[in-house]
Amino acid sequence: MVSQPTLSLAAYAVQLAGPTDFDGWRDAARKLATNEVRPEDIEWHVGGAATELPAPTPGVEFRVSRDFIDRAAIVACHSDSERFALLYRLLWRQRSAPHLLRIASDPDVRRFEAMEKSVRRDEHKMHAFVRFRKIGDGVDERFVAWFEPDHFILELAAPFFVRRFTGMHWAILTPHGSAEWDRERLALGPAASKEDAPDSDQSEEMWRTYFASIFNPARLKVKAMQSEMPKKYWRNLPEVSLIPGLVAGADQAAREMIARMPTMPAPHHEAIQARHWPAAEEQAATEAQSIDALRQQASQCRRCPLWSEATQTVFGEGPDDAELVFVGEQPGDQEDLQGRPFVGPAGKIFDAVLGEAGIDRAAVYVTNAVKHFKFEPRGKRRIHSKPNAGEVQACRWWLAQELTLLKPKLVVALGVTAAQSLLEAPVAITRQRGQTIMRDDGLAVFLTIHPSYILRIRDPQEAATECARFAEDIRTVRETMAA
Amino acid sequence: MAVLSTREKLAILSDAAKYDASCASSGAGGRDSLKSGGIGSTEGMGICHSYAPDGRCISLLKILLTNFCIYDCSYCINRSSSNVRRARFTVDEVVRLTMDFYKRNYIEGLFLSSGVIRSPDETMTEMVEVVRRLRLDEKFGGYIHLKTIPEASAELVEKAGLYADRLSINVELPTDEGVKRLAPEKRPETIRVSMAKLRSKIEEKAEPTLRTKTRERFAPGGQSTQMIVGADATPDAGILKTSARLYGSYQLRRVYYSAFSPIPDASSALPLRKPPLMREHRLYQADWLMRFYGFDQSEILDGQPDGMLDLEIDPKLAWALRNRASFPLDVNRADKEMLLRIPGFGTRAVERIIETRRFKRLRLEDVGRLCQSIAKVRPFIVADGWSPGATTDAARLRETIAPKPRQLELL
Repeated sequence: MVSQPTLSLAAYAVQLAGPTDFDGWRDAARKLATNEVRPEDIEWHVGGAATELPAPTPGVEFRVSRDFIDRAAIVACHSDSERFALLYRLLWRQRSAPHLLRIASDPDVRRFEAMEKSVRRDEHKMHAFVRFRKIGDGVDERFVAWFEPDHFILELAAPFFVRRFTGMHWAILTPHGSAEWDRERLALGPAASKEDAPDSDQSEEMWRTYFASIFNPARLKVKAMQSEMPKKYWRNLPEVSLIPGLVAGADQAAREMIARMPTMPAPHHEAIQARHWPAAEEQAATEAQSIDALRQQASQCRRCPLWSEATQTVFGEGPDDAELVFVGEQPGDQEDLQGRPFVGPAGKIFDAVLGEAGIDRAAVYVTNAVKHFKFEPRGKRRIHSKPNAGEVQACRWWLAQELTLLKPKLVVALGVTAAQSLLEAPVAITRQRGQTIMRDDGLAVFLTIHPSYILRIRDPQEAATECARFAEDIRTVRETMAA
Repeated sequence: MAVLSTREKLAILSDAAKYDASCASSGAGGRDSLKSGGIGSTEGMGICHSYAPDGRCISLLKILLTNFCIYDCSYCINRSSSNVRRARFTVDEVVRLTMDFYKRNYIEGLFLSSGVIRSPDETMTEMVEVVRRLRLDEKFGGYIHLKTIPEASAELVEKAGLYADRLSINVELPTDEGVKRLAPEKRPETIRVSMAKLRSKIEEKAEPTLRTKTRERFAPGGQSTQMIVGADATPDAGILKTSARLYGSYQLRRVYYSAFSPIPDASSALPLRKPPLMREHRLYQADWLMRFYGFDQSEILDGQPDGMLDLEIDPKLAWALRNRASFPLDVNRADKEMLLRIPGFGTRAVERIIETRRFKRLRLEDVGRLCQSIAKVRPFIVADGWSPGATTDAARLRETIAPKPRQLELL
């Protein structure tokens, strides 16, 4: 890396102070570029005496993106002796092609990216594979590591160890230099050798025990291991000496696991079973006498396949003797998560309108025509899908049971699904809303919209109008109840 | 029972934990010890500190608090009927091991799971005590993943979320029927509701509080889950359907697939054969297609009658071969969604193509510099000076680009 001043054909020979002297490069590059010095007329060297560079041309400004400077500082840490020349060439070319770095297929840009990646990878592997060894105790406790990076990355990687091991006194020694943190200050020091670091640590036996035990011999994949943990790092990792033995024994260990016949249950097994899992007494399916009992039964409902996608059955909620019942379509995302009806966005509108009309939600019974959430997964969201006639039909059984137990004065059908479930006939909500229909069994069913309809209206003015109409309907409900 | 040393316990309780696939230490956001003067940091991306010969990364100290367990799940080495050696760490031992390993830079943090002893709440209490002591007494700022016991009380889960970066609840198997058959004491209903509660809690805590306008800390790494593949007969289509449901319903960061592995002292209820590693790999690829490539779960196996992913070729290539009418695509014009569907292009390659083509028309050699292998891509694209002609529709296309059949490494 260190070069003697040699007879050179190039017009300029730049001498940088050290292998990662990016500021020196930047300074020289500025002077050279503003004087129109072409890349092929410059040689870049590390160390040695500086040669005279032209002064920056006054008034000539030269700008490159922050992105280039930041990435160039990384590339400057690469061990390739051509790195400074490449950086200058890229700088030069960006004068006429300001978007050069974004043309990933350009050979110079590719090389730049490859070098950047290589430095970043080396830095990442340093974060991963440094192994500290402890010396001393109490106030003298120190953690020292020996590490051999591919590139000049010690300065680049050190802040990570400061952030992570702030409360520790530590040092990392490398062939290019060393870094020491005393819980307050990071000091960079001279190159070191392996002998300067401790050669063992009491915790390494524990670590090796862990390494050997966490390995599953039935899944041997040596190549995958090696591609992520290349052999060049092995000499400073205390656990890798186990690898040959683990690999050699894996086949045998895995075969033994398979070949071994299943054994008799462990002696304590029966006692555990008896204590924790006594055989459940068979409960005869009896007709539920209360809403709670009904809810219990419904939690296991398999009348249609909707249960398999949903979190839970969302059953009705309210007093057993409620005189007013609201029936919606089906639970939505929030209802499914919480297990309670009308707690999502539509529930918020419902609550507001109820409050406005002077109806106490705690005094009414709120339920749905279908008691499981039907949806289509779309990435991280669930899109509501309308229950089909079969699903409504299957769930009507529960709704009928609820109404039999409650014997309400009035049922409010919120939306078409609820109306059709309650009336078992096609209903046109937009035309029939505000009407009360008497069923053959004498049950009064009041028709209105589902509050989610309001949520779907984009125009705020129109939504406000619809909300007012819904509130009007609910006031009619209150008046009907009062009559 | 003879008193076990910490090292003997470590051997037993890490062996007992190794069948859990998750090792991720990412997603916790940035945190360091500069202010606290303690030990530990997380920087978004997790770090793998070592690799075992099974190719899996070792990022966290993955252990059980105890492998005593009242459950008898037939796929699990720790089930109550298993004759495996049992051990139980003290809270102090786990705290010390974690700190000793962390200070030597062996690990990113702790992944603590446990068999259930006596009751879910008692076990969970002890697990929470471990993380509480790490955070408060040791000023530990590293990553903590806590396997949550579904039946544990809401207060304990809340505390766990305060100290842990990630919480997870295992769905165990892709179907409820499978759980009922192989893990008779586990209740799939409870597992679902627990995941739902966890999602609600995470969302609730992500909102700034009214009073302080700051967000309370609660599992910043979100929640994840794991299911075992190959212990029951669910085909891949069913597994992916379950995954799509789980991602959508509970906002999971990850679903882990764990190829059912033979365990010492196995139950007779299970297939005794080598773990389906390639199947597991293909499931992860399919999972990636759903999460990063805009594929819908139903598309991935559309037209594959047995509902199984092709083991010989990756699921994206398999999809492209079944949908040749959508190809070739012009790399200079196709939109991002379609570029992502070209076999051989990763998300990074697609980004680079879109960026580069703003400044320059792409030729085949340019594309070659932007992706891993041009041979795989070539039949599916049009570039400046390149058209695949009839190759896209050639009957032998699969043979020409599928990797040569290779003997899988023997078990």
